[in-house]
Amino acid sequence: MGVFRNLFKSKAKRVNAQKYRLGMSRTRAGVFSNLKLLLETSQIINDDLFDELEELFIMADIGVDTVIKFVNHLRDTVQLNNISSPRDLKEIIIEEMFKLYVKDEIVSSNLDIQKDRLNIVLFVGVNGAGKTTTIGKVANEYISKGKKVLMVAGDTFRAGAINQLKIWSEKVNASFYAKEAGSDPSSVMFDAIKYARENDIEIILCDTAGRLQNKVNLMKELGKISKVITRECEGAPHETLLVVDATTGQNGLSQAKIFNEVTNITGIVLTKLDGTAKGGIVLAIKDELNIPIKYVGLGEKIDDLEHFDIEEYIYGMFSDIF
Amino acid sequence: MAFDNLSDRLQMSLRRVTGKGRLTEKDIEEMMREVRLSLLEADVNFKVVKEFTKVVKEQAMGERILKGLNPGQQVVKIVHDELKNIMGEKVAPLTLNMIGITKIMMVGLQGSGKTTTSGKLAYFLRKNNNLKPLLVALDIYRPAAIEQLKTIGAQLNVDVFEMGIFEKPQTIIKKAFEFAVANGNNLIIADTAGRLHIDEPMMQELIDIRDILKPEEILLNLDAMTGQDAVNVASSFHSALHVTGAILTKLDGDTRGGAALSLRQVTNIAIKFMGMGEKLDQLEVFHPDRMASRILGMGDVLTLVDKVTENIDEDDMMNLMEKMMSGKYNYNDFLKQLKMLKRMGSLGGMMKLIPGMNKAMKGANIDEKQTVYIKAIIQSMTKAERKNPKLISRSSSRRRRVAKGSGRSVSDVNKLIQSLEQQTQMMKKMSSMDPSKMNSANTLGAMRNTKTKQKKGKGKNKSRFRY
Repeated sequence: MGVFRNLFKSKAKRVNAQKYRLGMSRTRAGVFSNLKLLLETSQIINDDLFDELEELFIMADIGVDTVIKFVNHLRDTVQLNNISSPRDLKEIIIEEMFKLYVKDEIVSSNLDIQKDRLNIVLFVGVNGAGKTTTIGKVANEYISKGKKVLMVAGDTFRAGAINQLKIWSEKVNASFYAKEAGSDPSSVMFDAIKYARENDIEIILCDTAGRLQNKVNLMKELGKISKVITRECEGAPHETLLVVDATTGQNGLSQAKIFNEVTNITGIVLTKLDGTAKGGIVLAIKDELNIPIKYVGLGEKIDDLEHFDIEEYIYGMFSDIF
Repeated sequence: MAFDNLSDRLQMSLRRVTGKGRLTEKDIEEMMREVRLSLLEADVNFKVVKEFTKVVKEQAMGERILKGLNPGQQVVKIVHDELKNIMGEKVAPLTLNMIGITKIMMVGLQGSGKTTTSGKLAYFLRKNNNLKPLLVALDIYRPAAIEQLKTIGAQLNVDVFEMGIFEKPQTIIKKAFEFAVANGNNLIIADTAGRLHIDEPMMQELIDIRDILKPEEILLNLDAMTGQDAVNVASSFHSALHVTGAILTKLDGDTRGGAALSLRQVTNIAIKFMGMGEKLDQLEVFHPDRMASRILGMGDVLTLVDKVTENIDEDDMMNLMEKMMSGKYNYNDFLKQLKMLKRMGSLGGMMKLIPGMNKAMKGANIDEKQTVYIKAIIQSMTKAERKNPKLISRSSSRRRRVAKGSGRSVSDVNKLIQSLEQQTQMMKKMSSMDPSKMNSANTLGAMRNTKTKQKKGKGKNKSRFRY
């Protein structure tokens, strides 16, 4: 069974993985049951099988380039190890997918939050990805750890955005800072940092307006926000998280690329994974840009946000196979 | 522009075929592979891609094509027609009640843009159909969703009906209808909460709302960036509610928008509008045929193909293109080209029709009047000078003579020399377009193609050459 069984040695992990399992059960039922079926009904490993595998991975929204690379790699591995039974292939698929993500590095899904300093986390993303909701959930996590958290309403454009964040702050008992709608988001950040220093805040979570990555002016605005934060607080933003909707297809890659150019993305939050979408594009993002996934959103409730764990993610996708 | 990348790739794969006189089965296989990959990269659903390439391949392999005079063009047409086929032929209008109240229900996943689009639609229908809209806030779950709709309503000066977050949507919609009757609104747009298509209680809520409201239109809002899952989402909403149409949102992004194709093909839901920006007047009627052309970036090429075959002596055109590609381009050709272009109509417009030209020509100004001057300058050259552009570019006394003869300034002559050089270079660029996107095998193939093209010009196959 190799690596995969070892991944789930600890009981705590298994329990946690159950949540992924539940959240992603639809995902699995959609795509990866086919994988099980495919591997069980195939007699030999041949090109047709690899083609079908390619299709299955593409259906999971893993980027086309990454899939082609991955399947070619599988092919080589199969040849190298002289594997002939399709049933043995499943272990290799899982192992290789794990390696694809980890790449012999230590990938942490923890945020860079340190004691005795003002920590600033900036949330960016396209419209409707789920930034504001994610901030509510992240705030909840750190407040329950006893941190003093400030939510900053940096989305001064969309109607109702400020109030949406305010309601979240009341729900989770976070401090809240906003200026009136339509103000310059950079100035909101400036004032918020001042406010945070005066009020002994430990973590600032900054909301920003959703923006499509091809809107040059909006991206410039974001660059300015980030710059102002850096100027006012050295080393900040300590984390810049790109929020990506799991239903997003190949465009996720373009989002990660361009946002990364403007603000140096330190992690991805994959939201809405509780639907039928697979969110496979995050594997392509990790593969091509080496940006790790920090969180996954698995539901609408306040605690439905989990630290990303590649083992659990893979387990969530593949546990039916075993 | 959306779909940019898809059209690039399809153009790449089709260009190789367009230049060919005859297609082998291998050519078609190769091309279908490109088409398949590019559609997949564009997020078109896998099954749709399969179906699409199968149909196109079958048609392309048909005898009709292989025996045809210019198979390349015909394949382009097949791909285009098939794409158009999937996207739907006609603009799908909304069903609006002439008398009484028209009711529209907006549904979709979280974050697909329902609330913003509700506002846009209210604005659109008030402006174009002179209706008096009432926006109804049924999203009692997402914090501040009601306030968002109210803000939009205030911005547009449109009535908004809400009952806070403690009443059930079923109750709210009932009261909203009564309110609309009393208030004289003849359009109700119900903004429902975003939900997952697999969330059964929430889907039941939509069914309840539908049964109470009995809407003329149930519009599914779909994010243009959606990947393979678009089909699941659309078919689930459709089977639960019998969706009457879709609105593709965030199409102003750089997404390739293959979801649009999938949606059409798998569920047959007509796409009625597209969201083109964050402002409330940025909603446009969705034109499927135009969109199909836009996806391909080929609609214009088709027009070009038609125009070229109508107006141009094929041999002339062939020689010209060949010379351009080979870099042996001189003033005689320039003159010939001017004449041809004149026959075909506006220069600027023509340049836009050539794929890749649009980008390449950015910054190069084309003035119609200039053609007269250019003609005069060229006609003031000796025959030897026209044949060999280097004579002119190397000798200032020749340039002065030509300037005098044509009544233009020396700097005008210099400009012409420059533009000839530019054009030669541009053509070189075109013939080796974007090698970064092609894998090395393809590049080799393309290079081989250009070479054979040059040879063909002199041989018996020369009339087969087409751009």
